[in-house]
Amino acid sequence: MTFSPELEAKFAKMVQQYPQGRQKGALIPMLLFAQDEVGAVTPDVIAEVARRLSVKPVEVEEVIGYYTMLTKEPRGKHHIQICTNVSCMLTGGEELFAHACKKLGIGNKQKTADGQFSLEETECLGACSWAPAMLVNYDFHFAITPEKLDQLIDSLKKTQ
Amino acid sequence: MADPITLTINGRALQVPAGTLVIEAAKKHGIEIPAFCYYEGFTLQAACRMCLVEVEKMGKLQPACTLPAAEGMVVLTESPKVVDARKGMLEFLLTNHPLDCPVCDKGGECELQDMVFRYGAGESRFVEIKHHENEKQWSPAVYYDPARCILCYRCVRVCDEGLGVGALGLTHRGVHAEITPSHGDHLECDECGWCIDVCPVGALTSGTYRYKSRPWEMNYAGTVCTHCSNGCKTTLSVRNGEVIRANNRDRSGINGEFLCVKGRFGFDFVHSEERLQAPLLRKDGKLEPVSWSEALAAVAAKFGEVKARGGKFGVIGSTRTTNEENYFLQKFARQGLGTANIDHHRSGDVVTLLDALKGKTDALATVGDLYTTKAALVIGSDLSQQHPLLAVQLRADYRHHQSSTYVVTPGEVREDQYAAKSVRAKAGEELAAVEALREDLSKHESLVILFSDAIKGEAVGKLVAFGDSLGAAVKYVCLQDYSNSRGAMDMGLLPDLGPGYHAAPAAGMSMDQMLAAKDLDVLWVVGANPLENTALASESAFVVVQDLFLTETAGRADVVLPAASAYEKTGTVTNVCGEVQRLKQGPKVMGVKSDLEIMGLLAKELGLSLGIWTADKVFEEIRKTVHGYNVALPVIATGGAAQTTPVNGGVPVTVRPELIRSAGDTLFTSGTLGRYSKMLQGVMEAPGELYKR
Amino acid sequence: MLLNKPHPLEVKVLTRRYEYPQKEAIGVDEYVAKEGYEALKKALDMTPEAIIDEVKKSSLRGRGGAGFPTGLKWSFVDRKSPKPKYIVVNADEGEPGTCKDRIILEHEGHRLIEGCLIAGRAIGSNRGWIYIRGEYRTQIEAMDRAIAEAYARGYLGDNVMGSGWAFHLSTHTGAGSYECGEESALLESLEGKRGNPRLKPPFPATSGAFQCPTIVNNVETYSAVPDIILKGGDWYAALGTPKNGGTRLVCLSGHLVTPGVYEVPLGIPLMTIINEIGGGVWKGRKLKAVIPGGSSSPVLRPEECDIPADYDSLAKAGSMLGSGATMVLDETTDMVKLMARIMKFYAHESCGWCIPCREGTAWLAKILARLDEGAGTKKDIDMVDELAQGMMGRTFCALGDAAAMPAMSFVKKFRGEFEAKIANAKVYMPAPQTQPLVVL
Ligand SMILES: Cc1cc2nc3c(=O)[nH]c(=O)nc-3n(C[C@H](O)[C@H](O)[C@H](O)COP(=O)(O)O)c2cc1C
Ligand code: SF4
Ligand code: FES
Repeated sequence: MTFSPELEAKFAKMVQQYPQGRQKGALIPMLLFAQDEVGAVTPDVIAEVARRLSVKPVEVEEVIGYYTMLTKEPRGKHHIQICTNVSCMLTGGEELFAHACKKLGIGNKQKTADGQFSLEETECLGACSWAPAMLVNYDFHFAITPEKLDQLIDSLKKTQ
Repeated sequence: MADPITLTINGRALQVPAGTLVIEAAKKHGIEIPAFCYYEGFTLQAACRMCLVEVEKMGKLQPACTLPAAEGMVVLTESPKVVDARKGMLEFLLTNHPLDCPVCDKGGECELQDMVFRYGAGESRFVEIKHHENEKQWSPAVYYDPARCILCYRCVRVCDEGLGVGALGLTHRGVHAEITPSHGDHLECDECGWCIDVCPVGALTSGTYRYKSRPWEMNYAGTVCTHCSNGCKTTLSVRNGEVIRANNRDRSGINGEFLCVKGRFGFDFVHSEERLQAPLLRKDGKLEPVSWSEALAAVAAKFGEVKARGGKFGVIGSTRTTNEENYFLQKFARQGLGTANIDHHRSGDVVTLLDALKGKTDALATVGDLYTTKAALVIGSDLSQQHPLLAVQLRADYRHHQSSTYVVTPGEVREDQYAAKSVRAKAGEELAAVEALREDLSKHESLVILFSDAIKGEAVGKLVAFGDSLGAAVKYVCLQDYSNSRGAMDMGLLPDLGPGYHAAPAAGMSMDQMLAAKDLDVLWVVGANPLENTALASESAFVVVQDLFLTETAGRADVVLPAASAYEKTGTVTNVCGEVQRLKQGPKVMGVKSDLEIMGLLAKELGLSLGIWTADKVFEEIRKTVHGYNVALPVIATGGAAQTTPVNGGVPVTVRPELIRSAGDTLFTSGTLGRYSKMLQGVMEAPGELYKR
Repeated sequence: MLLNKPHPLEVKVLTRRYEYPQKEAIGVDEYVAKEGYEALKKALDMTPEAIIDEVKKSSLRGRGGAGFPTGLKWSFVDRKSPKPKYIVVNADEGEPGTCKDRIILEHEGHRLIEGCLIAGRAIGSNRGWIYIRGEYRTQIEAMDRAIAEAYARGYLGDNVMGSGWAFHLSTHTGAGSYECGEESALLESLEGKRGNPRLKPPFPATSGAFQCPTIVNNVETYSAVPDIILKGGDWYAALGTPKNGGTRLVCLSGHLVTPGVYEVPLGIPLMTIINEIGGGVWKGRKLKAVIPGGSSSPVLRPEECDIPADYDSLAKAGSMLGSGATMVLDETTDMVKLMARIMKFYAHESCGWCIPCREGTAWLAKILARLDEGAGTKKDIDMVDELAQGMMGRTFCALGDAAAMPAMSFVKKFRGEFEAKIANAKVYMPAPQTQPLVVL
């Protein structure tokens, strides 16, 4: 399979950034970027990335299971991750997560029926000083309140 | 070896070479340090933390499996702190373990059970709900139960480091961590089952053995695998006369615990419903079951008649029957029937090799040599497919001793992964490719050259001349197909050479000539299937076949005598490296007789005096009369392997390369025998494709 | 961008080019205009020994968590090794409470690049990678832009500032794993594998990335280097306390009036950070406890907090400065619930490699969750401590310790709260019996 020209260019550059013969170094970034484009680490992606980096299929399986950001199942168009780790918990992260569940009608690691939203309770996002924090795909949102969350979800719904 | 150092373990001063791991140092002196993840010969993991010991001047407990012994080190392996840690680890291990020992295949031979029995506490503080994952089937041969898995990574390592297959990995993390097969939900691999074997618990179980038996309900017979020529020792687990498992857990024998898919799972042909269990006699054009006496009488009558009128016999022996049987067969043919027409399916040119070696006996490599040689050259063989044990040995030599392997093959092979050089050479161009490696090869002080049927006839002589010119200690392995291919040659199943490569009384017809002779009166085939793809030219020939199955050849026979397989009899076989090992009887199959017994009964019927025909007696005769076979009996009797030292018997050799052709079996095929193994048929996926990254 | 207002008690070295509010990243022009890459120029004329000496003199200690002296670490690299040597930046920033590296990545990538270049020069390296956690896509992109600028201006490339020396640098994204912040697990991840830690020794200085000599340092550690070279190690050291040189970023979070990331000199009193810079406990409430160095650091009671915030003082107080993540808990904090959440984190992040961490974190998480729900017993409280002790010092890597330490400290210092939960429980829970091993 081939990826978009931009991604192909990125991959071409990426594999050169590891020592000769150690191109496996690009495995995790490649899987993640491919997933961003394709929506999930599909069997095709696995086979393709394994081929390009000369790694065995099992070496790909090993990392997919390990890294939480990699997924074989497509997530929602807007993947919402709400942190409930210490700093966020102290400032209402758990309540926020519960609120998001109610608002979207789904639970942890679930996806709305229309495939627009998926929700995940996540570990520390590195935004502790501006807690509670959340990620929508790769966009950070800080100091979230239930009201702000509602507004955000509503506006995302509109952009569909 | 490194200089010895002295360390103290539990108050005892011990001397070991510097750098020895503390766990090994202790073991050498009879002190056991428990371990799961430490596995001799494979990379260190330090994951199970069972081996933690107290070391003076070190704050934390140290894993003995990764700690090199140092001068003056003081170690305690049973101090209260250590015992507490060990109990703690076992308690941790059992938290999510299902403790379904009563229904677990491993019960009774489980290392976790043993360890808890010895070192654990009798109760657990764990009252939470256990984390559970269901069992999965990865292939017909391999099942995985993640709940039982303790994650010692032995399976992962034997597959990757031991075999170069690397079909197993680790996925997920934390308590969810589990072993994953190559393709997410299923396994594409060699299906050798080594992973099952090394699993200390019942996490990996075998498709053939699961839920069949408890280990204490079986009888065990240590014998030799009947498939390829490598001669792996295998222990058959037999219950009610039926083989239900094959492994070599005690690591005795030349193969340690290694067995390939054929050795570990390919024993089921023994109990195939297609096994012949009564003699068959052609009556009115159809093969009908008859009694042994009727069948033997019919054969004896025909043999006697043809012999009396000076008719033409053709005798074809087997590459799987024992040395005793082969020896007896050629004696029967030459002395009993007075014919020189005896041969077998040859797959390697040992005859020419011995001729070229001119009496040198130290130039034949053993399986053990492949693990110690500085360099190896593989010519024309996909070693991992065709000679799995030899491949594993070379790989271990590379892993442990950084040896150099050179490969000259027509296509990609698995040895390329670590080969110092891989050269692709078309048929007929191998020697030129070898010559081009001269500079590389002459760098090494020892070299083993393994060659397939790609090198035969004159080429063998040229290869040996090349080896001689290198100025290194060169040894050879002439690769052949089956478990006693080598023994068939050694025992003189050859038209022009008798036992021990000495002159035969007269020269006879080769196998091809027999099959093509229009005037052949009798064709006697013992454990071979020469008519698989060839028609017998003589339409009137009386054909006698001894075999396990109604093969193409048996189908053409006038009399078929049901024979016992190698697993059902005693005797000796000689592997590809000329090492003799003893077979032990495991299972019993009703109605069959060993080929030796069949021949003995026939001899009796014919009134021939060919000597006593028990395996022991015939072997005694072989030891006394066959050059190179005067091997040490105790070694063989105790299940060891003794290398033979055959030499060319001073006979001018007629080079007939066209008679030498390997059947070209893969990991999943084993000539006719393999066709009757459901397991081999079932696991075969895409041999050859599997190893591609 | 930078979200919090500067505080007068801050000592701005690393953040000295930042403005408030900072609208966009400090580009190469602005960076160069304000002494940027001057340190590199200077370092190119210095011997590797001199660079390392200067760093040693600065008493700079690793800002990633362990606080290992940076100069010493660099000196372990065998510069004569025929193998390539590598620079690896640990930007995994996973320790709960920590959010400082992102500030540097986002605002002033050139400082990090310059630090890497100087480190590269010091160990004779020609290549480095910045391993950034996958969630930080914005920061990765910001770093990529800065790197591209540096290449365009000849600060990176085959001929760094015309010196004939080559140095290449790129970002490498993680994909969700706290354990990948542990340096050897990070290296595994960089090589395309699971983030399982490696056996040590050998340490990265001997065999690191791709089995070559490597130094791994935190983003902030490298970022401190340019100023050290520019103004001298002694100058830097003098900003802090003996053996605890310079300034560091502190990430204030939790129940504070003005949480944020601030730059403070080492040795500033912990209570000053909390009460002055952090504006004190929010909502006029009282202080209950402080987690001074990320969730792995043992918790401190208020009376234990009257200490200077430096590596040695915190160690003496039985905790650690860690990654500089200071989490402040007010009097309403439910310590049991908090501890249960912390353990859930470690159970989630344990790589699963070794038994005590894999099973211990999961078991502890279950007990603590039960205790939090009021379904525990006093025996359970003891067991938290016992199991944590059973993990401490026995795991393969430090994650096991990181999980055990807070557990032991919470139980020890707030046992009353654990007991109260049981006393006030609305759930009846019979005392757990010890269980016979074989249950069917
Ligand atoms: C479980 C665990 C997680 C860690 N996570 C990080 C991290 O996210 N960032 C970091 O810089 N160091 C982290 N460390 C510390 C690193 O192992 C290492 O000490 C550090 O990168 C060295 O850099 P420094 O000397 O500059 O601090 C972690 C350590 C452990 C045991
Ligand atoms: S302590 Fe053990 S299981 Fe835990 S993260 Fe380290 S190696 Fe993995
Ligand atoms: S044997 Fe040492 S940790 Fe497993």
